[in-house]
Amino acid sequence: MKYDINEKGYYGEFGGAWIPEMMFANIDELKRRYLEIIESPEFRKEFDQLLKDYVGRPSPLYFAGRLSEHYGTKIYLKREDLNHTGSHKLNNTVGQILLAQKLGKTRIIAETGAGQHGVATATVCALKGLKCVVYMGALDVQRQASNVKKMKMLGAEVVPVHSGNKTLKDATNEAMRDWINNPEDTHYIIGSVVGPHPFPDMVARFQSVISKEMKIQLLEQTGSEFPTRIIACVGGGSNAAGAFYHYLNDEQVELIGVEAAGKGVETSETAATLLVGSPGVLHASRTMLMQNADGQITEPYSISAGLDYPGIGPLHAHLFKTGRAKYIAATDEEVLQAALLLTQREGIIPALESAHALAALDKIKMKPDDVNVINLSGSGNKDMETYLEYFGY
Amino acid sequence: MKNRINQLFETKKENILSVYFTAGFPKLNDTIEIIQELEKNGVDLIEIGIPFSDPTADGPTIQHSSETALKNGMSLHLLFDQLKNIRQSVKIPLILMGYFNPIMQFGVEEFCKKCKETGIDGAILPDLPLEEFEVQYKEHFTKNNMHNILLITPQTPEARIRQIDGASGGFIYMVSSASTTGAGKKVEDFHQDYFERIQQMNLRNPRLIGFGISDHATFANACKYAGGAIIGSAFVKELQKCTEIQKCITGFVQRVRKSD
Repeated sequence: MKYDINEKGYYGEFGGAWIPEMMFANIDELKRRYLEIIESPEFRKEFDQLLKDYVGRPSPLYFAGRLSEHYGTKIYLKREDLNHTGSHKLNNTVGQILLAQKLGKTRIIAETGAGQHGVATATVCALKGLKCVVYMGALDVQRQASNVKKMKMLGAEVVPVHSGNKTLKDATNEAMRDWINNPEDTHYIIGSVVGPHPFPDMVARFQSVISKEMKIQLLEQTGSEFPTRIIACVGGGSNAAGAFYHYLNDEQVELIGVEAAGKGVETSETAATLLVGSPGVLHASRTMLMQNADGQITEPYSISAGLDYPGIGPLHAHLFKTGRAKYIAATDEEVLQAALLLTQREGIIPALESAHALAALDKIKMKPDDVNVINLSGSGNKDMETYLEYFGY
Repeated sequence: MKNRINQLFETKKENILSVYFTAGFPKLNDTIEIIQELEKNGVDLIEIGIPFSDPTADGPTIQHSSETALKNGMSLHLLFDQLKNIRQSVKIPLILMGYFNPIMQFGVEEFCKKCKETGIDGAILPDLPLEEFEVQYKEHFTKNNMHNILLITPQTPEARIRQIDGASGGFIYMVSSASTTGAGKKVEDFHQDYFERIQQMNLRNPRLIGFGISDHATFANACKYAGGAIIGSAFVKELQKCTEIQKCITGFVQRVRKSD
């Protein structure tokens, strides 16, 4: 298939496993075993059961009537915000914790930006009784204090990372260092479709439940499993990968990824990796990166801590390059307005990340009969402080 | 001309001391003086670190030196500029060590050519895996008489060690224990069985042991199992607190070489 990885873990020219030798044994074991494990009937049964009874799936596909009216088109929201822990992140951590158990690992590490993946990881560790260490940039620890407390209550150790810009990239560096230092008992639950092969493919498979359900729900509600377009926000790109997954080969469905423009793609304060970046190697993957001419990674900026990342999953780099998906960007300002619009038209407060996808509705030409699916990846509970401060309620 | 790394290992079989430092640290223009002083004090081989913004295989010491070096304005272009005339004064083998992305942006072919011009004998690029090297970049290295030094760790399976040995030139960088650099685990604590296992494999390449080598005791112990050892973080720490480079380097190398 055109958009699948090849045997070396590449989507076209992007991906691979650019790992230091110290990570070889762990990555090699994963590479050899992940498909056999996650495709086994035993694993599927356990995974599907947990998705249903623990995560609360299927997540509803909701026809947003008043928002549709506003834009003069049909808008459906895939409600990943209604999952346990409030985002799509749990789909992946449930899958990976089961995998870690099959691999005999007893200690889990993770990186987190906004804290959503950290909470989702701490949650499944509590569920399975595994030791959990979450790396989080020191700045994000401050910005997302309530998620830090949640993780601690769930029994996880949260390690603030003081290097670099003290955000997601630095937390990822530190998690990789931990894995190098603990090569035998530890599994690293990467939170997005980034990192070395097989993580991008594995995480995309766990998140693909989003588009699997979408097909069934759209058929029920619209009479066709194919929408006109699917819109999702992209940082590392896991919710978008999940929302696009089962439609990648259905070329009639338009796929739109929305990056965080921050203060604007023409400024230096942006996180729109595909729009301003170039090919390079970071976090063990050949992908698109924000970097200077010397190959040093530049610091990203976005109001949303979950999209504040200078790289992107290799799948998206490939979809961008081949033109299969279109990528646009929304500024902080546009995102906040889009969040307010959804809140007041539908009574749903979205996560800042997901509001990037909503902001795209102002940038796309839509016909009245178009079926637009927005992947509403997370709930706005964690962002209330930002919203209240900005809107002055 | 024969590669200087091979010359070294042909003439010297034991107690080889290789020292790593980050280019541009502590000051931007310390590079040449550090190299010259290390050679003067009897260091056998030097690894010049190219700083990178995201050194995922390094501990806090080299993270810090890299960050400072970048703030000081170090870049690969500038480093080659500084090293332009290095072979007029320095004879020992020189290796560039760094992460792949800056080299990818520089251009791997261009990098190898520039190394040859400058008199660099090899590179250690921890996040350039063997598989990618062989397929895409090996020819550029070979053409320019450059060795790509590969790493092995206690977890590297035997078949892969053989493969790495087959693909290596110069020497094999034996990571003493599973860790990032400067993790502070002592060589005494390392799996002696790992050292012995590798020793008994009769690899075609000589080996140097690195990671966790910081003083005479750890150096001497590592030398029992390999041609020599590599010191990185401990030397960078020394430079960090140093006011007079010449004195610091003399003192440091003397302390490592002989017990007190």
